[in-house]
Amino acid sequence: MRLNLRVWRQKNGDAEGAMATYRVDGISPDMSFLEMLDTLNEELILRGEDPVAFDHDCREGICGACSLVINGDAHGPERTTSCQLHMRSFRDGDTIDVEPWRAAAFPVVKDLVVDRSAFDRIIQAGGYVSVPTGSAPEAHATPVPKADADHAFEHAECIGCGACVAACPNGSAMLFTSAKVNHLGVLPQGAPERESRVLDMVAQMDAEGFGGCTLTGECATACPKGIPLPSIAAMNKEWLRARRKAGRS
Amino acid sequence: MALATKSGRNTARPPAAAPTRGFWASTIGKKTVMAASGLIMLAYLVAHVTGNLKVFFGPEEFNGYGHWLRVMGAPVLHHQWGLWIARIVLLTAVVAHAVSAYQLSRRDIKARPTAYVHRRKGASYATRTMRWGGVVLGLFIVWHVLDLTTGTVHAGGFEEGRPYQNVIDTFSTWYGNVIYIVAMLAVGLHVRHGFWSAAQTLGIGNARRERALTFLANALALVLTAGFIAVPVGVMTGVVS
Repeated sequence: MRLNLRVWRQKNGDAEGAMATYRVDGISPDMSFLEMLDTLNEELILRGEDPVAFDHDCREGICGACSLVINGDAHGPERTTSCQLHMRSFRDGDTIDVEPWRAAAFPVVKDLVVDRSAFDRIIQAGGYVSVPTGSAPEAHATPVPKADADHAFEHAECIGCGACVAACPNGSAMLFTSAKVNHLGVLPQGAPERESRVLDMVAQMDAEGFGGCTLTGECATACPKGIPLPSIAAMNKEWLRARRKAGRS
Repeated sequence: MALATKSGRNTARPPAAAPTRGFWASTIGKKTVMAASGLIMLAYLVAHVTGNLKVFFGPEEFNGYGHWLRVMGAPVLHHQWGLWIARIVLLTAVVAHAVSAYQLSRRDIKARPTAYVHRRKGASYATRTMRWGGVVLGLFIVWHVLDLTTGTVHAGGFEEGRPYQNVIDTFSTWYGNVIYIVAMLAVGLHVRHGFWSAAQTLGIGNARRERALTFLANALALVLTAGFIAVPVGVMTGVVS
């Protein structure tokens, strides 16, 4: 395959960026999108140019490192991560636009790499359960109903890639935050911190400069792990419940 | 989990503000205010459209209904008290709705300072027109009150206590019809996304109720728009004269 690429190039966070055009040849339809970028970078290095910086790690669709907006879609046209997107999703001769996540809370570090540590700080604010260390507890000591376990697992699938923020016209992190609030809030292990978790995570989310939710549904459409939109409504419910409880105590 | 990328000053960027658990400081708190005030106005619109449709039963019934609004709640409430209570509640709702919408919109625009070079078709039309649709509706309400409540910008002789004739006056002008019909289409679009969103914001929405809520939102939007537009259409076609 022969492709025209238009890639966002930006030296660092303070520099001005622009789209740069590249031609790549000899692309196999079985290559992943990242392998196609590797091919481009090898050529750039041979030519003595600066290779395109992009985040990647496991390349198995489970780590949440890759973060490309491809033709305006977070992670491209398929519902998966950029690393699991294959070139067979494109046609020979296509022009493909590659851009970084766009959000005030995700500043560009270089080219296609953005700083997503705002997500880490949201998790630090309450996305955990406090458990005593020591020997592993008896597995049946804390029964979890099947429906709750399924609900928790569905939300535990979030890999924190940030596609929801990138897709949202408001740069909102509601879907990401709601994934963790739903995941831990429904489990007995998460019950002791149920109220403080949602209040602190939402407070941190707002403090990081993410936008609010206008229920456009773009986040859930972009999510490679299929975190559903109703999770946001569930988090709103949790937040209002926690506020009521906080008001009483 | 996202990678904490190590590089220079960007990573050291502190959060924009100190985290706070406050209700109004939170985006969810502001959205809750927007949802609740929106639902109050929506309930009013349902009552309003029901009253409007009385215009099809002749001047006596319509004017009589207008008069009843002034003695609503009697004998417990004094003359016009019921009406003024409703006006105060509605004004509070409009202000709360507008202030929360303005503050959230400013925040949202700031949160996404750079647009994508490759533009794609976004969310539904109703979703994308919420902000400007809301501004249009705000301006319409001002005109509507000046036209049919105070009579300041009314076409023809405004007569207090004769709403039937006043309605006919307004809808006998081309601009009255245009402003009104455009605004009522905007109401439909606004309610369509607004009602469903309010349910999500207040935590009422979930996967099981999704279909019912979408249906209710569409039904409300359709009934309100059709009901309101029926009045100018009635005047234009001579059914109401």
